[in-house]
Amino acid sequence: MKIQGKTWKFGHDVDTDAIIPARYLNTTDPAALASHCMEDADAAFASKVKPGDIIAAGKNFGCGSSREHAPIAIKASGVGCVIATSFARIFYRNALNMGLPILECPEGAERIQTGDELEIDLDSGVIENLTRKEKYRAQAIPPFMQKLIKAGGLMEYVKEQMSERA
Amino acid sequence: MHKTISEKILADHAGKPEVFPDELVEVRVDFAFGNDITAPLAIEAFRRSGAKKVFDKDRIGLIPDHFVPNKDIASAVQARMLREFAKEFDLRYYFEVGRMGVEHALLPEQGIVLPGDVVIGADSHTCTYGALGAFATGVGSTDLAAAMITGKVWFKTPHSMKFIFRGKLRPWVGGKDLILYTIGQIGVDGARYRAMEFTGEVIDSLPMSDRFSMSNMAIEAGAKVGIVTPDSITEQYVSSRAKRPYKFYQSDPGATYEAVYDWDISALEPMVALPHSPENVKQVTEIANTPIDQVVIGSCTNGRLEDLRVAARILKGRKVAKGVRCLVIPATQLVYMEAMEEGLLEIFIEAEAAVSTPTCGPCLGGHMGILAPGEVAVATTNRNFLGRMGHVDSKVYLSNPAVAAASAVLGRIAHPEEVLS
Repeated sequence: MKIQGKTWKFGHDVDTDAIIPARYLNTTDPAALASHCMEDADAAFASKVKPGDIIAAGKNFGCGSSREHAPIAIKASGVGCVIATSFARIFYRNALNMGLPILECPEGAERIQTGDELEIDLDSGVIENLTRKEKYRAQAIPPFMQKLIKAGGLMEYVKEQMSERA
Repeated sequence: MHKTISEKILADHAGKPEVFPDELVEVRVDFAFGNDITAPLAIEAFRRSGAKKVFDKDRIGLIPDHFVPNKDIASAVQARMLREFAKEFDLRYYFEVGRMGVEHALLPEQGIVLPGDVVIGADSHTCTYGALGAFATGVGSTDLAAAMITGKVWFKTPHSMKFIFRGKLRPWVGGKDLILYTIGQIGVDGARYRAMEFTGEVIDSLPMSDRFSMSNMAIEAGAKVGIVTPDSITEQYVSSRAKRPYKFYQSDPGATYEAVYDWDISALEPMVALPHSPENVKQVTEIANTPIDQVVIGSCTNGRLEDLRVAARILKGRKVAKGVRCLVIPATQLVYMEAMEEGLLEIFIEAEAAVSTPTCGPCLGGHMGILAPGEVAVATTNRNFLGRMGHVDSKVYLSNPAVAAASAVLGRIAHPEEVLS
């Protein structure tokens, strides 16, 4: 599974209130959440981001609340992958459960800048920075998790398994 | 092998003799719950899965507390989803407005979450129940949905970190100051993925309300759980409330810790976390001249009766400073009732503070006290992220209830002794 797109770079400790402020949590509609994605970190992000784009950030991305609305907003805004030095625990789990690919890659997270064109191979975990002509290595995403991501998230993956068994 | 309290609770719930750090385990869940923000997503996931029943109607809680009493039409629709789901599946623990409270104050108070439990909640501050000696942690809505169906959840067994607090607490210093100090020392990812264990002579004599404040903010250091060994103080709190049997676990001498911090806190002053991070901690005296617009006393961190008593000691016979709004939000209906019976509400109202029905409200910038651009608040809550309580150009300082009350009186960040002397 490959992902190619332009990068938006953020700093350390991007919290879930920055990803999707609580004032918008009176809905679960992905498109509505996406229209406010990253609003308190970059008010114009939702209007600038294009399908397939990539977010890169520093340590502890997604810290704070357990709101699943955060990975939902990022995914529905079209972002294909988040690369960070590290992820907060609950966000890490929520992102994969929502079918949003995420990669921990300290080297890449430091080198990648806004506007860089990346090609990410989830099978090998290799991130190629086409702009800077560099390669960084992250953990590969195992086949079952890629299947879960392709299905669209944990519940969809479970449903697929249930129908395979039936 | 010598084990930590977290490892022992997980092993028992996994049906294994022992578990090891980093080991993936599937564990039985004693209680699972969500609120009016997170449960709607869980209910949608539950419906999508095709499930027709919940694993146990007595072990699932739905607690509308964030945007209730309904702040707008969309919030009313979300709250209704909880009400209807609770009715359809005959859930024992659904709490309507008028009977509810902020979830992490309500569930321990009602004896629904207990020592030795594994508890998951679709809210990051679920770690609060570590104060009871439970393995309690926040999860996303989809994990909650799966647990509502199966009664199980998988975890990676966390490494443990031990925090030893020695010495004697100074006046006006409590659990909130200890946890702010801790986060200031190790940072907002200092315990990422880890189990924090709070120990030492200071913790041994610390009241339950202060222990709850500490465990509540373990997530602010990135932790999975912030646990206290249950003792006679726990027993006294739990025995009259418990809705189920419970069990005390404790770490073995010689258990393995990834890190041990050993602090003498005898000189610790009341602490304040400056905008926009809980790790941005200073002693209150270092920033005592900062003017403020609003004070919030409440939340799952500091909205218990003991917190309101402390605030009332300072506000009694005094007035909130001109130009400052002071909001007091008892965390549960019971806290509200007891505060009324003790005369605390009268003290607050005479001081010209606003007293509200229980709600998370302003803590997460939901409603009931949103900040305008440029405004500054002192709050007894747990997060001061950019825009947390309102406009992105507003600021939140986190403190204990005594500092918050003193700041309300003086109209600037203040040490409680500045008011009382």
